[in-house]
Amino acid sequence: MNRPIRNLATGCLVLFLALIANATYLQFFKADDLTSLTKHPNNARVSNAAFSAPRGDILVNGRAVAHSKKSDDEFKYLRTYRFGAEYAHVAGFFARGRIGAVEASENSVLTGESPELFVNRVGDILSNKPPAGGNVSLTINAAAQRAAYEGLKKLGNNVRGAVVAIEPSTGKILAMVSSPTFNPNRLATHDFPKANATYLRLLKNDLVPLNNRAIEERLPPGSTFKLVTAAAALSSGKFTPDSLVPGGASLDLPLTSKNLPNENGGSCGASKITLTRALDVSCNVAFGSVGLKLGADALREQAEKFGFNKKSYFTDLDDPLTSQVTSIFPTKVDAPQTAYSAIGQFEVSATPLQMAMVSAAIANNGRVMKPYLVNEILSSDLDVIKGFNPEPLNPDSPQAISAGVASKLTEMMVSVVDNGTGRPARIPGIAVAGKTGTAQSAPKRPPYAWFTSFAPADNARVAVAVLIQDAGVERDQISGGGLAAPIAKAVMEAVLDR
Amino acid sequence: MEFVHRQRRGAELFLLVLSLAVGIGAYACVGLGAQGHVPADIYTYGGWLTALIVAAHLTIRWKAAYADPILLPVVAALNGLGLAMIHRIDIARKAANSDAREFAPGQLIWMTLGVMLFIAVLVVLRDHRRLQAFTYTAGLSAVVLLLLPLVPGLGTNIRGARIWIHLGPLSFQPGEIAKVLLVIAFAGYLVLYRDALALAGRRFLFIDLPRGRDLGPILAMWGISLAILVFQNDLGSSLLFFGMFLVMLYVATERPGWLFVGGGLFAAGATLAYPFLGHVQQRVEYWLDPFAHPDDATQIINGMFGMAWGGLTGRGLGLGSPQKTPFSYSDYILPSFGEELGLTGVVAIILLYGLLVERSLRTALICRDNFGKLIAAGLGVVLALQVFVVIGGVTKLIPLTGLTTPFLSQGGSSLVANWVIIALLLRISDQARRPPPEFGESDDDMDSTQVVTMR
Repeated sequence: MNRPIRNLATGCLVLFLALIANATYLQFFKADDLTSLTKHPNNARVSNAAFSAPRGDILVNGRAVAHSKKSDDEFKYLRTYRFGAEYAHVAGFFARGRIGAVEASENSVLTGESPELFVNRVGDILSNKPPAGGNVSLTINAAAQRAAYEGLKKLGNNVRGAVVAIEPSTGKILAMVSSPTFNPNRLATHDFPKANATYLRLLKNDLVPLNNRAIEERLPPGSTFKLVTAAAALSSGKFTPDSLVPGGASLDLPLTSKNLPNENGGSCGASKITLTRALDVSCNVAFGSVGLKLGADALREQAEKFGFNKKSYFTDLDDPLTSQVTSIFPTKVDAPQTAYSAIGQFEVSATPLQMAMVSAAIANNGRVMKPYLVNEILSSDLDVIKGFNPEPLNPDSPQAISAGVASKLTEMMVSVVDNGTGRPARIPGIAVAGKTGTAQSAPKRPPYAWFTSFAPADNARVAVAVLIQDAGVERDQISGGGLAAPIAKAVMEAVLDR
Repeated sequence: MEFVHRQRRGAELFLLVLSLAVGIGAYACVGLGAQGHVPADIYTYGGWLTALIVAAHLTIRWKAAYADPILLPVVAALNGLGLAMIHRIDIARKAANSDAREFAPGQLIWMTLGVMLFIAVLVVLRDHRRLQAFTYTAGLSAVVLLLLPLVPGLGTNIRGARIWIHLGPLSFQPGEIAKVLLVIAFAGYLVLYRDALALAGRRFLFIDLPRGRDLGPILAMWGISLAILVFQNDLGSSLLFFGMFLVMLYVATERPGWLFVGGGLFAAGATLAYPFLGHVQQRVEYWLDPFAHPDDATQIINGMFGMAWGGLTGRGLGLGSPQKTPFSYSDYILPSFGEELGLTGVVAIILLYGLLVERSLRTALICRDNFGKLIAAGLGVVLALQVFVVIGGVTKLIPLTGLTTPFLSQGGSSLVANWVIIALLLRISDQARRPPPEFGESDDDMDSTQVVTMR
């Protein structure tokens, strides 16, 4: 009977080796994954330990917007957000079991576990210091952020909207605010039942305060999309700013009995107007007909050069709770739909970030830069470990439009602010280029108010987009110029130090 | 001259000193890690543990001088580690709720009872072959014990499985005792009928298949294990008992065909029964994707989190949070070790079990009688299967089943039964390693009585 016993011994050996291999897999190969807070935010062991360890600061203009303060309770450190709601969607929040925005996307730097901080960590170990987290500095301009935040707040706490400002030459995000917002200190508190209740209340809120509308909300851009149509028109060579296009009160749409009217049903002036004038008064009839002449494919190609239909090119806020939605120019479009698409309706939809990038590209001589939010990674002693360089959105063809077209469009946009619907954005002594938008989404819903602009027009330092989704005001008071332009103006003034 | 085993009692004593250092040292570390000081009762606790182990060692010297010297030290180390970890989780549970019941003192009492039974088995049972007389008694008692939890009022349903019985304040798992009895019953039966089971049969596709009429016992065992599966909802025990029977059948007959027939039968039975077993289905689902059921599969998820948190070297005894895992002191004691002692500790524990299995199979190899061979092989394989099913379950290698980790888990019936198993193995190994009796020299008269002298 010895042979079967020997075989059994081999069998048992196989079983035990399987146990050892599996334990090795769990405790060595899978351990990093299972103890990653971003992948398993409900891993109480890790989040408790994370709570007990100091995290690095998130810096804006050298000042910490997120800081770990010593705490007397069992968790040793409390994460505090000095500016509260103002930076909630950018810096994010660090709560037990939940983590968002830069707190999440740069978690490994802030905890000090990032390979980039390896040398510093070895130094800490050798000098017997507790391991310290690295710091993250953001591209945000504190004054612009404040102006954007105050501007939205002035419209009311429940206004749904967002502001994004970009440095056109680099793609640095100078301001990003979403409303309604929330106080991250209430989520980071060590009173866990209270923090949990706050979180659940935020989740249940119909206005979705946790949503970063600057990148997570995709809405019809309305008349601000006429910038893209104008760019396509000028690039085609068939149009110049002085070309005469149809004006009047309505455009006869092919294939249907419907007509494309203007906003409020009014007329654009004469029956033939210049393209510049059409942009000034935001003439639907004119841009509808331009769109028909160019065709849907040309419009789509132009939109895609600005970043439409491109997936998640903005990665600095990539975490389980936030992710960038793609701005859309539809693929299947018939003739009447082309006319509607040309004025930013039908299925065309864009994020505020995308519309800011359209302005930024025009301001930057037609070159589209990839937007970014994390400026530098610093050691705990504030030595720069890694900086991020500006890069074009499409390295193969960085120009969305030629420099010539860009300068013609800039002139047209300056005219919009000087003579047209963009007048509320005028800044004394500085040439501002801008475009309003009022987008009708559904007959019963109030329209969305948009404004996108940049300044100074000849050498832009800031491009901005403002979206007011719902401000709770009367229907006839909603317009891009009335609601959104003053906020854009305030943000531009803040960057230009006016 | 044939190879003669030495007694090796000195080696056993040396290893026992190491085991006690592990057990008592772990107890001291737990206090240091979790409370910041060595537990106040370290002397009484250490003294008690030492007394138990020394008593067991002296009994072996006195009653089984040739027994295997490795088994007792390994068991002493495992039991000491288990006690330290149960105490560690008691501390955490006390901290969360000052009314929480402590499990470690009870476990020490059960260990005392286990060692007493261990001594009793070695003293009373001079020769394991006497157990052969109890073949059918043991089998019948095992079946009765297995059925007890199904008696209304006596058995209770705990965590979906009906494998416990309650008698007043006492509760135990009869399956643990049935396990020992079944090994004895199978061994006795197979010694008698192995020729019939081994020789008759036909060959089919390179496999010697047994004769149809010999399938009786395997079918009976199949029925019993399916009954356990269906009525007690316990895949682990069902697999354990059937696997144990098959393996012993294979050892007795030397025919792998039995393994194929039995494996096929079990697979077929389990497949047929599966649609009616909500509890087992759930566990399979939680095993396949625990993170899809974050609220229900908390145990397995927490076990994995704990092991990952331990990493290679662990957080240190008393410095992790094993109490976050439900039943971290019983079913999930291995992930608790994984968290605090790391992969290093887990591999060490698995190797200790591997040593136990290896020593019992070695005992089976060198044993001179078939009955002892079968018992030793059966007990060794049962141990291996149980360790594999429970550790594999809690580390998500296979679906979770509720078996105890021998010598580590909190639980009286399991601890006592396992000490008895070790006593049986030591008894068989003493017989096996003892030099064979020599026939006395008888020069002329072949008719005179031969004198057999035991050395």
